Amino acid sequence: MTNLLDVRNLRKTFQVSTGAMAGSHLALKAVDGVSFSLRAGETLGLVGESGCGKSTTGKTILRLLEPDDGEIHFDGEDLVALSPKQMRSRRRDMQMIFQDPYSSLNPRMQIADIIGEPLIIHGLAKGRELRQEVVRLLETVGLGPACLDRYPHEFSGGQRQRIGIARALAVKPRLIVADEPVSALDLSIQAQVVNLMQDIQQQFELTYLFIAHDLSIIEHISDRVAVMYLGRIVELTLADQLYKNPRHPYSEALLNAVPIPDPHARRQKRPLSGEIPSPLNPPSGCHFHPRCPYARELCQHQSPELLDKGGGHLAACHFSEEVGRYRIPR
Amino acid sequence: MDSLMPSFKRPGLFMQRLKHNRMALAGAAIVMVMCVLALLASVVGRDPGDIDVSRQLLAPCWEFPLGTDDLGRDVLARILYGARISLLVGFVAVGISTAIGVVVGALAGYYGGWVDSLIMRFVDIMLCFPSFFLILAVVAFLEPSIWNIMIVIGLTSWMGVARLVRAEFLSLRERDYVQAAKALGAGDGRVIFMHILPNALSPILVSATLGVAGAILVESALSFLGIGVQPPTPSWGNMLIAGKQTLGTAWWLSVFPGLAILLTVLGYNLLGEGIRDALDPRLKE
Repeated sequence: MTNLLDVRNLRKTFQVSTGAMAGSHLALKAVDGVSFSLRAGETLGLVGESGCGKSTTGKTILRLLEPDDGEIHFDGEDLVALSPKQMRSRRRDMQMIFQDPYSSLNPRMQIADIIGEPLIIHGLAKGRELRQEVVRLLETVGLGPACLDRYPHEFSGGQRQRIGIARALAVKPRLIVADEPVSALDLSIQAQVVNLMQDIQQQFELTYLFIAHDLSIIEHISDRVAVMYLGRIVELTLADQLYKNPRHPYSEALLNAVPIPDPHARRQKRPLSGEIPSPLNPPSGCHFHPRCPYARELCQHQSPELLDKGGGHLAACHFSEEVGRYRIPR
Repeated sequence: MDSLMPSFKRPGLFMQRLKHNRMALAGAAIVMVMCVLALLASVVGRDPGDIDVSRQLLAPCWEFPLGTDDLGRDVLARILYGARISLLVGFVAVGISTAIGVVVGALAGYYGGWVDSLIMRFVDIMLCFPSFFLILAVVAFLEPSIWNIMIVIGLTSWMGVARLVRAEFLSLRERDYVQAAKALGAGDGRVIFMHILPNALSPILVSATLGVAGAILVESALSFLGIGVQPPTPSWGNMLIAGKQTLGTAWWLSVFPGLAILLTVLGYNLLGEGIRDALDPRLKE
């Protein structure tokens, strides 16, 4: 399999003004040197706490945000080098599914126009053909043609998310960045939408970058998983490897925190101490060291690189071979 | 997020709220009556230019409900034709100012950065001029025709709309559906006109409604000062100034045009406030 997407050393910094006086700005490194690749047809899960830069990574890859540095190779072509006009025609190949189904559909547009818009923009269909194509897309996501002339507010969250998926599918993309596509939905609806996403992945040979903070969903849908902490990837490996054998203390702590759906199960709790540090002023060395049970002197000074710890299991930790000591068995 | 805009979330709710607001309803009624009267001026009234010295300065009576002026012209007919002028000035001036304000505000809010800084500093400069004196100066330069007045009022009153539209665009451009449109490959024009502007219409509507009242006032003031609509074309402002000379003997020459201005401006203001309240999500039902 070839790599559909290669992200190298991606950086995105936001300027945050600290006071009323202009000129005093702090740099917020939302994405701080992120590299990974996506093979055609696979699903890469991207997990992390709120504010760790997952969504920014997704939006920067699609150039909805301009990257400050780094390369994004899509099918061998560097997207960062493209002009906005060239980029627009390239957008056919990559689409996004958004987190909040209540704000991702234009409230003033009918469903037929929302789903038909990408077809019009890229000149893929018009007139009667357009309507037929929209109906077909609606069927693909499990909605009937009765939806066509209705407005988004007439639908439930799950239905809206299906409409969002239909819109993304309209241009027959190859890559879909799904930015927490189910975290705003009820648990029962989450399963339906995740299953739908898996079905269409097979049907249309899609590649997913699946952003989420829910580890059980990530485990269910992902082939590989990347764990982010404060703008950096700290671990990247096959999904079952991560869940069986985490090599970074942060991943371990996340996995320990996954709730067990059994009211009788009692287990030792070892919550992470401390809060996620402010990304405006991240800790020195390894960003995770103030909260890490394995941390030593070295961690305060030297930032660990993301290295292969055997068998393609990447982790950014000086003492990754020790990780697992505090793992609570499921 | 939808609750910010009950207008599109639930259009029915907006109408319902408007209907429950008596002041807004009164405003809407006044506005409608004025529009109908202005439209029917030629059917209902006499010729406003019909001079007859034999019926000079008649007090209100059956034949002339609002009396006659010093040339024997029917005050009612002149007020009805004046309504045409006032409404025309109101709508055209607001149309010009809204169009400019929307375009300028949209550019500033959508593109941000130096475009925004440049445009908003220009807006600040425009706001520094006392606009009434600017209008006076410009009209004194140009010929004081009704079209010049409309254009000048429009050109000096777009700054508020621009700021409003800019603020709306700043917030709406971050919405997911705008991001989605960009991700689909939509160009700037499509994003601005298909996705952002339709969702920014409600506050623009409020501002335009209130703007009509302002424009009518400015036109009356200009006509009152003699540099607005020129006689013999009737306008509420120039009727007021004409009535001033005979204020002691013929009160109806000043009172009725004054009342017309008062009622119309009040009507538009009440309607505008009513629309604003109906769109405000923080007000309880």
